[in-house]
Amino acid sequence: MRMLVVEDDIEAQRYLVNGLRESGHVVDDAVDGETGLTLALSRPYDVAVIDRMLPKMDGLRLVQELREHGNATPVLFLSALSEVDDRVKGLKAGGDDYLTKPYAFVELLARIDALMRRRQPSAVKTRLQVGDLELDLLTRQAKRGGTSIELQPREFRLLEYLMRHAGQVVTRTMLLESVWEYHFDPQTNVIDVHISRLRAKIDKGFDPPLLQTVRGAGYMIRAKG
Amino acid sequence: MLGVRLFRTLAFRIVLAYLALFAISAAALVAFTYWNTKRALNAETDQTIQAEIAGLSEQYQRQGLGGLTDVVTTRSIHAGQSLYLLVGPLARPLAGNLDAWPTVKRLGQRFVEFDYDRRVGGAIERHTARGRVFSLVGGFRLLVARDMHERSVTDRMFTTTLPWSVALMLTLGLVGGALMSRNLLRRLDSINSTSREIMVGDLSRRLPLSRAGDEIDTLAHNLNRMLDRIERLMKGMRDVTDSVAHDLRSPLNRLRNRLEGTLKRLASDAPEAEEMDSAIAEIDRLIGTFNSLLLIAEAEAGLERSAMSRIDLSALARDVCDLYAPVAEERELVLDTAADAEVEIDGNWNLLSQALANLVDNAIKYTPAGGRVRISAEHTAEGAVLSVADTGAGIPEEDRSRVIERFVRLEASRNSPGSGLGLSLVAAVARLHEARLELEDNHPGLKASIVFEGANQSR
Repeated sequence: MRMLVVEDDIEAQRYLVNGLRESGHVVDDAVDGETGLTLALSRPYDVAVIDRMLPKMDGLRLVQELREHGNATPVLFLSALSEVDDRVKGLKAGGDDYLTKPYAFVELLARIDALMRRRQPSAVKTRLQVGDLELDLLTRQAKRGGTSIELQPREFRLLEYLMRHAGQVVTRTMLLESVWEYHFDPQTNVIDVHISRLRAKIDKGFDPPLLQTVRGAGYMIRAKG
Repeated sequence: MLGVRLFRTLAFRIVLAYLALFAISAAALVAFTYWNTKRALNAETDQTIQAEIAGLSEQYQRQGLGGLTDVVTTRSIHAGQSLYLLVGPLARPLAGNLDAWPTVKRLGQRFVEFDYDRRVGGAIERHTARGRVFSLVGGFRLLVARDMHERSVTDRMFTTTLPWSVALMLTLGLVGGALMSRNLLRRLDSINSTSREIMVGDLSRRLPLSRAGDEIDTLAHNLNRMLDRIERLMKGMRDVTDSVAHDLRSPLNRLRNRLEGTLKRLASDAPEAEEMDSAIAEIDRLIGTFNSLLLIAEAEAGLERSAMSRIDLSALARDVCDLYAPVAEERELVLDTAADAEVEIDGNWNLLSQALANLVDNAIKYTPAGGRVRISAEHTAEGAVLSVADTGAGIPEEDRSRVIERFVRLEASRNSPGSGLGLSLVAAVARLHEARLELEDNHPGLKASIVFEGANQSR
């Protein structure tokens, strides 16, 4: 995948670019807003990672200009600013996701994957399937190998999110943000408990286990162990 | 209700006081003028009578009784308001325009007053007159007087109109006062409502100025200048928060990056890998504490109005309950909500959720297995209340105000994880919403409530 990274902190940028290249992406970089905008407008990118505060042209302005030019490249904001007001501003300016520094690289990678996945045009799905696990979005029923599984509404949403991102790492923060719409970090790791309950319902007594824990990152649902 | 409020306004009270003072001085002035005028008019009448008597007595001395009779008869023809009567010793009228010697009503020092019948047009009216008697030799007497009717009519007119004009004056004064104070009240009301909006967080608002340029405008103008300064300070505070955030997060980010990078290059079974893992975990804890502090600072600096919306505390309570339900179950606690009715307030969903999550987190942490944690959202007499009650150990009364301070952790909980910022954050979020955090004894356990005072009546 082709990516643009606009970040003025040279060391942070080098780390980010190297990490992304190691993960198999093609990465262009810029250290100021103007160069970033020129690049973003001249080449097609699958995702742009843009720092919120940049010299010459602020990250917010950059994305606004980009959108005004009709460019819909998914944008992930990186921000070292305080959060409450800024997240809203970033998303309003046309950002698609927002990550506060310092971040774990796996978190960034998971979010980039999710953004790219979102971009791929797909028919409106009414049914999701991973292995022999099926989720009917219309009747809101879950089945595994023909056996129907009782799910609470929140468990359903959790499973739906995981299945929509099947084969991808999904972090705890991503789950908290998209399933509960909370942008804070609960002190107790509540997500793990939710996941283990969900796991007890969809994996217990079935083989192979579909819902896996990715150490140091989050969770992933996929058919092949 | 409006009447009571009106009476309580300063302007109306001032108007009332002025009205009373004005009424008293006006009455005094009118009474003085009336009395003085009356005295002056009486003196004038008396002087006229005195002069006539002097003239007639001169006639009498020069021409005797006959001459006097002629003069009196002549004068009686074109008498106007003057009255004459010359009588003989047996009170027989000899000349003059009075029919008979009148019954004297009152004797002054030298003057008399009496009533008599006067022909006015075709009718006869009873009039009052004032005059003087001049005694002549041989029992003859001369009465010279003036009709006082017109004066008494004026008098009566004055006494009947006076109460009316006083009543009119009082009414006009009251109505005028009410209008004046209502106008003042309206201006103060608009200042008050703007102040409330500003207090809720819309710092860009300014107090309205009228074109009058009076004291209220001066006051509003000064308050506006004060607001300008507060806005600058608040913005400065936010900028500082932002730069502190930026200047600390950027190096922390690089540090975490490096550790992560090093960890990636290490074999997963290398002894250093474990060290790196715990170093990263330590950094994440540091970041967590820093984020909480920053959030407290942000909440204390106030939010932009756009970050606030109409939210239902019951829905918020149910969502947080839903998030923590599996954790509570795992710890063998009953977690439930008493939040059925809609409890709406203006607030920030995410911050309030975080505050409530902190309270629930604490409650679950400090309540032994078999206990109960209840989240409730309700309307009370004080306002909307969001609370978390547990059956845990509670907090001794003397420590309750202390635990809200930053980094304060009670000895008993020193060894459990946590930054000691949880309750400070809740308190800061509460303050941001113009609410307060209350800690009470739940008998047993702790009840923590966020009380949104006055949120009951709004909208």
